[in-house]
Amino acid sequence: MIVCLINVHAAQPLCGCCVFSDKDLIYMCPFHGALKGKVFITNYRLYFRSTDMSTVTLDVPLGVIGRIEKMGGASSRGENSYGLDITCKDMRNLRFALKQEGHSRRDIFGELFKYAFPLSHGMPLFAFLSQEKFEENGWSVYNSIDEYRRQNLPSEQWRISFINESYELCDTYPVHLVVPYKATDEDLRRVATFRSRGRIPVLSWIHRENQAVITRCSQPLVGMSGKRNKDDERYLDIIREANGTPRLTIYDARPNVNAVANKATGGGYEGDDAYQNADLVFLDIHNIHVMRESLKKLKDIVYPNVEEAHWLSSLESTHWLEHIKLVLSGAIQIADKVSSGSSVVVHCSDGWDRTAQLTSLAMLMLDSYYRTLRGFQVLLEKEWIGFGHKFTSRIGHGDKNHADQDRSPIFLQFVDCVWQMTKQFPTAFEFNERCLVTILDHLYSCRFGTFLYNCESVRDSNKVRSKTVSLWSLINSDKAAYVNPFYTSDCSRVLYPVASMRHLELWVNYYIRWNPRIRHQQSPVEQRYKELLALRDQYLKKLEELQLSDSTPSSARLTNSSTPNAPLPNQHLTHLQTPF
Amino acid sequence: MLSLGSGGAKSTKPSFVSYVTPEEIKSEKEPQKKERHPNLLPGEVVFCSTNPILKYTQDDISQRGIFGTLLCTNFRVSFISDETPQEEPTQHFKNKLYGENDIPLMCVDCLYGVYDEKKKLITGGMLKNKYPSKMIIHCKDLRVFQFCLTFTKEEEAKKIFQGIVHHCLEPKSLKCVFAFSYANTKGPEMQRTQRTLMFDSQEDWSQEMKRTKGNCRIVTENQNFELSERLPKYFIIPAAVSDDDLSKFPGKGLPIWCWSHHSGCALFKASSLPVTQEDGVAQAWMERMLHAVAQTHLYSVKIEDLLETLPNIQDIQQSYTKFKQFFLIDNSTDFWMSDVKWFSSLENTGWLDIIRQCLQKAVEVVECLEKENTNVLITEEEGSDLCCVISSLVQIMMDPHCRTLTGFQNLVQKEWVAGCHAFLDRCNHLHQKDKECQSPVFLLFLECVWQLVQQHSPAFQFSETYLTVLSDSIHVPAFGTFLFNSAFQRESCLKHSQRGPLSWPAVWDWSMQFDCKAQELFINPLYAEKLKQEKVLRKVPRIKHQRQLSLPSSAFKTPPKKGFFKDEAESLKKMLRVKRFSRWMVPPDSPAVATRQFYEAWQQKPLDYHGLLLPCLDGPAMRLWMQRYLRWTPEAQILGGGSVAITSKLAELLGEVRALQRELAQKGWWDSMGEGHHRPQTMSLALVRTSLRLSSYFPFAASRNWSFKPVIPTGLLQSLMVTDKLASQEDETNEVISLV
Repeated sequence: MIVCLINVHAAQPLCGCCVFSDKDLIYMCPFHGALKGKVFITNYRLYFRSTDMSTVTLDVPLGVIGRIEKMGGASSRGENSYGLDITCKDMRNLRFALKQEGHSRRDIFGELFKYAFPLSHGMPLFAFLSQEKFEENGWSVYNSIDEYRRQNLPSEQWRISFINESYELCDTYPVHLVVPYKATDEDLRRVATFRSRGRIPVLSWIHRENQAVITRCSQPLVGMSGKRNKDDERYLDIIREANGTPRLTIYDARPNVNAVANKATGGGYEGDDAYQNADLVFLDIHNIHVMRESLKKLKDIVYPNVEEAHWLSSLESTHWLEHIKLVLSGAIQIADKVSSGSSVVVHCSDGWDRTAQLTSLAMLMLDSYYRTLRGFQVLLEKEWIGFGHKFTSRIGHGDKNHADQDRSPIFLQFVDCVWQMTKQFPTAFEFNERCLVTILDHLYSCRFGTFLYNCESVRDSNKVRSKTVSLWSLINSDKAAYVNPFYTSDCSRVLYPVASMRHLELWVNYYIRWNPRIRHQQSPVEQRYKELLALRDQYLKKLEELQLSDSTPSSARLTNSSTPNAPLPNQHLTHLQTPF
Repeated sequence: MLSLGSGGAKSTKPSFVSYVTPEEIKSEKEPQKKERHPNLLPGEVVFCSTNPILKYTQDDISQRGIFGTLLCTNFRVSFISDETPQEEPTQHFKNKLYGENDIPLMCVDCLYGVYDEKKKLITGGMLKNKYPSKMIIHCKDLRVFQFCLTFTKEEEAKKIFQGIVHHCLEPKSLKCVFAFSYANTKGPEMQRTQRTLMFDSQEDWSQEMKRTKGNCRIVTENQNFELSERLPKYFIIPAAVSDDDLSKFPGKGLPIWCWSHHSGCALFKASSLPVTQEDGVAQAWMERMLHAVAQTHLYSVKIEDLLETLPNIQDIQQSYTKFKQFFLIDNSTDFWMSDVKWFSSLENTGWLDIIRQCLQKAVEVVECLEKENTNVLITEEEGSDLCCVISSLVQIMMDPHCRTLTGFQNLVQKEWVAGCHAFLDRCNHLHQKDKECQSPVFLLFLECVWQLVQQHSPAFQFSETYLTVLSDSIHVPAFGTFLFNSAFQRESCLKHSQRGPLSWPAVWDWSMQFDCKAQELFINPLYAEKLKQEKVLRKVPRIKHQRQLSLPSSAFKTPPKKGFFKDEAESLKKMLRVKRFSRWMVPPDSPAVATRQFYEAWQQKPLDYHGLLLPCLDGPAMRLWMQRYLRWTPEAQILGGGSVAITSKLAELLGEVRALQRELAQKGWWDSMGEGHHRPQTMSLALVRTSLRLSSYFPFAASRNWSFKPVIPTGLLQSLMVTDKLASQEDETNEVISLV
C-alpha cells in the first residue's frame, strides 16, 4: 500500500500529497442523513470521516469522480442547501454541504476540480506520481509472443508478423500480429486499406485440436456504392482454408439495420456475393450510446435507494440484463462454432468495443487458461488493452468533460458478463468476485497504468510501462485475497453459460454495494469451506506428527500428547461451526 | 406472450424425429405384443392401458420420441417404454413410489389436447368422443408430458384418453383416493415416524408448551370433537379462559395458542365469530377472550386481522395460476418467447409480492413479540389459512428449533395438519368443479421458508431439496398427512371405513419415498449446528420491561379497522385505562417503515444463526425458487454448473476430513475427545465423486441426457425494443466520416 494512504487513516496525510486537510463539512449521506465530519483531500483521493457516526467513512479515489457541481448559492435558503454535488463513475453520488459564509466552498471546489481532472489542467495522472512498490511486477504478466507460443503459434498455417512494429499498418493495434502464413505483408497492407482504421483480421485464438481460429477486425469499407476488395476477399478465404473449414462464419456484432446504416458513412458488412464461402451472422448488440443510457437507467433504480414497488419491471426497463444476454449469447455462438471446427471472424464497426467483448468472452468459454487468475490478466492485456479498447475515451480518465459522447461502460458490461459466468460456474474460475470488483475500481482510480490510454502506440509514447505501476502488481502480490477457494483446475472443457433471463441476475454486490442494507458478508458457503480446509490441514499435520512419533520408539507418543504445546483437540474445535 | 393458459391457437411444433417409422413398429411389436406393467404398489389397480403410444422426449437435443405403453391406475398415469432399459444410469434420487414417467393422479394439473394443430384445454365435462392427436399433461410438480396418440388404434386411443380424463379431472369421492386402497395394506407395522410429533395427543402439546415455557392451558374437551369439528383434538388456550366461555361458541373465535416467546408473551390465532351473532353476547365474550390473551403476559395484546392487509385465498390462487404458467413450458420456442419479458411477466403475476407481503407481516408480528413483548392475536375468517402461514413463519424466524428438520416437521404438523388447514379443499384433491376453495396456501408457506433458507442458509438443518420434495409430496396420494380438511375428518375416515380401522403413512416417513442415500440430500451441509458449550454460555439477557404508568391518549390510536374486533379493542382500551397497568402497542402508521427500522437495527448486530432471523425484503433479495420451478426445463440447465458444483466440492472436502478423523481415531489420538464427538454423517456422500457433470438442477435432473451443445437463445431480435435515436447513432460519428 502507499504510505500516504495509511497516513490518511491516521489523520496525517503525507505532506507531498495533501491538498486539503481537516476541512469541516457535512456529508449528506443518503442512508444516514446529514453527517458532520472532516474531509481530507490528497492528489489521489477524497477521504471523509464522520464525527457523528464513526462507522461512516468515505474513501474515494479522485479518478472515480465524473462530475463536480456546485449546489445552491450563497443566498440559498434551507438547511444544507449550499455545497457540492459529486457524481461518481462507480454508481454513486456524493453530496457535501458547507457553511454559507465566506465562499467556504470555493477552495475545496477548485482543488477537487483540478485534481479530479488533472488532464484538463495540464497535470499528470496520479499513476505517474505514485511511488508504490510491490513484490510482484505486474508488467511481466503479459508478453504477446509468450501468449502466442502458449497457443502453439506460430504454426504451419499461421505466422507472427512484425509489420506493425512501429504502428505503421494500424496505430490502434499491437506490435505483434498473427496472420495467415500464406498472406504476405504486402497483402496485409492492401487489406488494411479496406478495413476501417486499418484494423485487419488477425488471429486472437486458435483451437488446439481442430485448429479453428477466432479472428478479429473492424468493418469492411463497403460504403454506399458497395465497394469490393479482392485482397480482402482472398484474405478471408485464406483464413477459412487454414484449417480446411468449408464455410467461414463472420459474426457482425451489430444489429442488421445498424450495419446497413454504416454504409452511409463508408462502412458496411461483407456481402454474400463478395464473400461466397462465408456466412454472415448479425448478433444484434447495440452501440456504446445505448449501453451508456442503459447503465444510467440502472443507476436510477438502485442509487441511492433500491426501487421498491416494481423492482423486476424497473430492472427490465433498464434493458441492462437484456444487453448482457445478447453479448453472452453472441459469445456462446462464437465459442460453439469454433469448438465445432469452423473458423470465425468477429467485428463490429471499429472492432474495439463489442468485438473485444465477444472474442474475450468466447475465449473464456473455450480456454480454461483464461479462467485462472493469471490467464484472465493475460486475456485483458491481450484482447482489451493490446487490441486498443479506447479506455481513455470510454472512461474519460482525468478529463472534465463528463458529457463526452465517447464515454460508455463497455468494459464494465464485459466484466458483468464474466461475473454472470462465474455465478453459473462457481468452481470454474480461479479468480473471485473481489478480483472483478477490484479491477473495476481501478479502471477508474488512475492509481495504476494498466487501463490508461486508448492503444499501445500512445501507451508507448507515454512510457506507461516504465513510469507507472501495473494493477496486476497489486493483485499478484496478494493473490490469496483474489482466489476463489472452490476453483477446480481440471475444468478443461468448454463452458457454455445459459444466456436466459432466468439465470441472469443483477450484480448486487457491485451495483448496490453502497447501500448499507445490502449485507456484505462473506458467503457462508465460502466461510464454511475455508474452515474445513483449515481443519483438514490441521488433521494432516497431526497425522504427520503421529506417523513421525510412531517411527520413533516407545515413550515419544506419550510425551507428545502431554506437551503443553500440543494442541488440545477441543480448543481447536470450539471455533468451528460444526464439531465432529 | 404465452398462450399456455388460454388454450389458444398457438400451434406446438412437432419437433421430434422418430427413429423408427410407425410401420416398423407394427411389424416389430406385433409378435411380442405384451403390455408391460409397472411394479404396482399394494392396492394399486390398472384401469386401462394402451400400446403403442409415442412419448416425446424433451430432455435431449435430438428431440426424438419413445414408443411404449401408457396406462392409468388408481394411483397414477404411467408410461412404460418399449425399449429395454439400457444400463440404468445410477439415479441418485429415485422416488420409490413413482418414477420419472409416472404421474400420480393428484399431481395432474391440466390436460391439453391438440386437435388439428390447435391446443385446447380439456375440462372434465367436455365431450370426449373426439380424442386429440396429442395429449399434453401439465403436472403440479411442473413436469410436462406430451403423448402422441396417432400411432395407436382408434379404439385404444379413445379408451386411454377417456380413462385419463375421467380419473384426473372428474370429481371423485374422498374414498376413491388411492390412499384409502393403500392405507390398510401396511397394517399395524406402519408406525408413525418416531421423531415427528403428530400433535394428536395431549403429551405432544404439553411437551411443546414445556419446550417454549408457555403458561397456557391444554383443552381436552374436544377429544371427541364435541366442541368443534374445525379444531384439533387437543389445543391450548390462554389460562384465563373460563370453562364456560370455552363452549360458548362452537370453536369459533377461541384464541388458540401457537407459541410462547421466552419473555412470556405468546402468539395466538383465532377464527372469526360469525357476524350474525347477537352483538351484546358476542362482544362481551370477545372482550373476555382478549382479556384472557392479554393476561398471558403484561396485560398487553395486539390484534391483527390478516385479511385486512394480506391477499385472500382467491388472490393467492389467481396469482399462482398465472405464475406457474411460466414454468410449464411445452417447447424451446415457448421458452425463449417467455424469456423476452421475463422479469415483468414474473412481476405481473404478483406471486413474489404475495410472498414478500407474508414475510413482511410475519416480521411485524415478530417485532411485537421480540421488541415490545406484546401478546399477539392473529385472526382470519377460518383461522387456518394465512394464520397458519404467519404463525409458522414467526416461529421459524424466532425459534431455532423450527429450523431443524424435526422441528420443522413438528411445526407443520402442529400448525397445519393438527391445526386443521383444509388441505383437501385447498389442493382440490377431489377435482371439485367449484374451485372457490382451491388455493396453494401451504405452497405459499414453503415459498416463504425457501426465501429464508436462501438468505440464511447456515441457520437451517434442511436443504432446498427437502422443501422441493415436500412441495411435491402434497400431491402424492399415498399419505394421510395432506389429505384432509381437519383432524375430525381424518379421524372419522379412520374409524368409519368399511375395511375396518385404517392407518396412513405420514409424509414424514421419508423412507416410503426415498432410500437413505437420497434422504441425505435433505440435509443442508452448511447447517451451523449449535455447540453444547455454546448453549450454556449464551444466556439471553432478559429484557427489562418498562411499564408505563400512565398512558397518553394518543397511544391508543389504533388504525381504523373495519373488522368486528374494533369495538372489542375499544372496550379493552377502557379496561386497560382503568387498570393503568400496561402498555399498548401503537400500531405504526406505515408498517413497512417500522419493520424496515426493525430490520436495520437487527442487521447492525452480528448475525447469530441460532437467534432471531429476519428476511431482507428488498426487491433484489426476493428470489425465484429455481430448483422447484426450473428443474425440468432442459433449456435452463447449466451443465456442470450451478450451486451443486459448490455443494459437491464441500461434500468432497467433508469426506476427506472424515477419513482423516477416522485415521486419527485409529491411531488413538481421537480418544481424548470421547465418543460423543463422533456424529452421524450429516452430509450426502452421494454427491461425492459424481460431481463432475452434474446439472444445475441436481438432484432432479439426471446428468446423462444433457447434450454438450449450448442452448442458443432464439428470438433475440424481438427482445430489444430500443426505439431510441441512440440505437441508430454511430459509435463515433464524427470520426468515421473523416476517415472515408
